[in-house]
Amino acid sequence: MELTVNGETRQLAQPLSVAQLVAKLGMAERRIALELNGEILPRSEFGQTLLTGGDTLEIVQAIGGG
Amino acid sequence: MTKAANDPLLIAGRSYQSRLIIGSGKYRDFEQNRAALEASGAEILTVAIRRVNLGQQSGEPSLLDVISPERYTILPNTAGCYSAEDAVRTCKMARELLDGHRLVKLEVLGDRKTLFPNVTETLKAARTLVADGFDVMVYTSDDPLVAKELEEIGCVSVMPLGAPIGSGLGIRNPCNIRMILENATTPIIVDAGVGTASDASIAMELGCAGVLMNTAIAEARHPVLMASAMNKAVAAGREAFLAGRMPRRLYASASSPETGTFFPPL
Repeated sequence: MELTVNGETRQLAQPLSVAQLVAKLGMAERRIALELNGEILPRSEFGQTLLTGGDTLEIVQAIGGG
Repeated sequence: MTKAANDPLLIAGRSYQSRLIIGSGKYRDFEQNRAALEASGAEILTVAIRRVNLGQQSGEPSLLDVISPERYTILPNTAGCYSAEDAVRTCKMARELLDGHRLVKLEVLGDRKTLFPNVTETLKAARTLVADGFDVMVYTSDDPLVAKELEEIGCVSVMPLGAPIGSGLGIRNPCNIRMILENATTPIIVDAGVGTASDASIAMELGCAGVLMNTAIAEARHPVLMASAMNKAVAAGREAFLAGRMPRRLYASASSPETGTFFPPL
């Protein structure tokens, strides 16, 4: 199954929830926000949302800026 | 009156003792940013919203681990956005990131060289964001008509530029800032252009409600010292504004009595 995460193509061997993907990326403890196919996905829905092939995710954080 | 006591800056129902808002870009590291924030006395810090680096070590601290959103008001910006759509999307991401926080700094840029705002897209984004319940502080040009329109849309603060972002040229058109202030019913904050302490004082002496800056502090030779200077400059400018300056005269007016001298007068 192929996903696009922050513009990069990723292959998934087995189906995952958003929460599992975020954990796999080492982001579970970080303050992030996530868009799934252009819509904000609240953190409370990460666990119950299953990823499907062709999904596009954007994961962002706060960094220095003016 | 010896000091401007109890003169808070009110934005979206919150009151702030400091009228200085600083950025978090261009610092050497988070620690220098934290120290500058402390020295500046600012209570509001702007941040940018960007993709996480997927190769990032999960243990590596992030900006908001070092600068606590519990202690400071975090003001996410839409820097880098050139369309209303991207700016609105960025604000929604920021709201999610900051647990429903509604205060945002809207900036929709028009051109990479000047970083001047695209006013048409800014107005469009402001309407959408206000309708969606955001408290919008908006970066704009120093056009009094546009400033008024942004205010009428319901922005909680209008933030005209003093000069291009990161230019350090100071307040290039104080007359326009004055015209904006004359009609203002929301806090007018000069955002961008300040280069040194006197520039911040000039903005405050004009009657601005505050000053927002990043590069003037971060690119100073000693950023923490400049942050301290800006703290004082903003406070001094505010007090001078409240105190009401003396009139300008073309010719001198002696400060010592011109009578009673023990030598013949001129």
